[in-house]
Amino acid sequence: MVTHAQRLKNGITTALLALLSLAWVYPVVMILLNSLKTERAITTKGAFELPTAETFAGLQNYVDALNSKGFLSAFGNSLLITVTAVALILVCCSMCAWFITRVSGKVSKLIYFLFVFSMVVPFQMLMFTLSATADKLNLDMPINLCIIYLGFGAGLAVFMFCGFMRSVPVEIEEAAMIDGCNPLQTFFRIVFPILKPTLISVGILETMWVWNDYLLPYLVLDRKKYMTVPILIQYFQGSFGRIEMGPMMACIIMTVLPVIIVYLACQKHIIKGVVAGAVKG
Amino acid sequence: MEKAIKKYWPIFVVPTVAAFCIGFLWPFLQGLYLSLCKFTTLKKITFVGFENFKYALTDPEFAHAFWFTAAFTVVSTIFINVIAFTIALILTRKIRGTNLFRTVFFMPNLIGGVVLGYIWSILLNCVLSLLAKPLLRLDATYGFWGLILLMCWQQIGYMMIIYIAGLQSIPNDYLEAAYIDGANSWQTLWRVKIPNVMPSITICLFLTLTNSFKLFDQNLALTGGEPAHMTEMLALNIYNTFYGRSGAQWKGYGQAKAVIFCVLVIVISMIQLRATRSKEVQQ
Repeated sequence: MVTHAQRLKNGITTALLALLSLAWVYPVVMILLNSLKTERAITTKGAFELPTAETFAGLQNYVDALNSKGFLSAFGNSLLITVTAVALILVCCSMCAWFITRVSGKVSKLIYFLFVFSMVVPFQMLMFTLSATADKLNLDMPINLCIIYLGFGAGLAVFMFCGFMRSVPVEIEEAAMIDGCNPLQTFFRIVFPILKPTLISVGILETMWVWNDYLLPYLVLDRKKYMTVPILIQYFQGSFGRIEMGPMMACIIMTVLPVIIVYLACQKHIIKGVVAGAVKG
Repeated sequence: MEKAIKKYWPIFVVPTVAAFCIGFLWPFLQGLYLSLCKFTTLKKITFVGFENFKYALTDPEFAHAFWFTAAFTVVSTIFINVIAFTIALILTRKIRGTNLFRTVFFMPNLIGGVVLGYIWSILLNCVLSLLAKPLLRLDATYGFWGLILLMCWQQIGYMMIIYIAGLQSIPNDYLEAAYIDGANSWQTLWRVKIPNVMPSITICLFLTLTNSFKLFDQNLALTGGEPAHMTEMLALNIYNTFYGRSGAQWKGYGQAKAVIFCVLVIVISMIQLRATRSKEVQQ
């Protein structure tokens, strides 16, 4: 009898959770359905209505978004910025973190303190001066943005790498040096492979940040020439005059879909990375 | 070994530190100085002392943004953590489909703030118009609760993951001991589970606290501060002071507000550091 009641209770909980998760995915599904409607059928009131034979537009909105609304170039820019910035952060910050944990002294301590301090400071504090500095140094192109991301994202990365490196025994590295490795070889052949779990965590956290960042690229990039995906979507909303809802919804879906696919493919790493980042951060 | 590594400092340290100076240190120091100046571009700067701070502290819009942000932070922190913890508790019991649910609840985290804000403005405006109520950008109360809903949808999954990790690290012996001693599930929750996940609770509380306090993207995309700056949070208020108006005085005011905002965030973080440290000592 007890097991029967237990089973019933579990069944009810599962059903409730299933309902809740349907509610969780609904907003994205709603946008997906709307992106398949014709322009005229997308209204404030009718967002919940399913597309009918009359209002079904096929992939027309997607074609529009790809052809005339600059989605492809925005997506390319976002991809370029994210890949270069995260790669640079991983290599440079792990090197820097190794140096300041292995070489003790006041300079190392000062650098570490400054990095940790930078994690706390909100972006609004430097948004004006940072974009002015970037302008002066001609950093307003997507490929150069990775330098700014390296500077601004270094805090979290160095902090996490340092935390991990303190627990790695020095003996392995000493042995490598005695066997004739120079510091560079020691780092890339011995330390870098050991760091792999932390590299994944930091990589995931920084990717989530850079890919979704809106304000920094908006202020720093030369806006007339380059857009990233978040800027493009905000541009749809913020622009005066008639907003073309169809292509905009198509853009949202094309932005969200790759993220969800990547997430489903490497879920385990992402969840582990988030937990590790939170515990240390 | 230390000496050998030391010689390699130009390769190991210089790239990161140079980028750090360009991307953080120099703009930060310049920002501190500029908060005491009147300027529109960096070519024409006049020193005005604490004039900007006097304005910022007496600006009613800034004060309103502060209280709005504070209310939003408290409400969203409570909602997110209570719901996330409850879901984590349910998911750590052996229930079918746990992995699937976890995947679904975490998903919104990976979508950026601007996109999220846009998705929810479409959804909520549809609901409001079906109920024949004013739209999000026309009513501050709906704007506030809209932001809360959006924030919950985004953050619950993240916090849930951290709580699950905390709950799973409780040794099974504790739970068995509690069961043998005759504790019911309510007692087990309060006497065994919650004290043992205290570190996770501190982390989640402060993560939600700082996330909500510094919120910008979602605020910009969902309500844009409308109507009449009534749903404007601190970060957006600073942004609008900088870029929303023309006039020689505004950039200085904005920078002063940014310094105040920065100090507030640093204070919250210091309290956080204290709290986590004292918890570590207890264990």
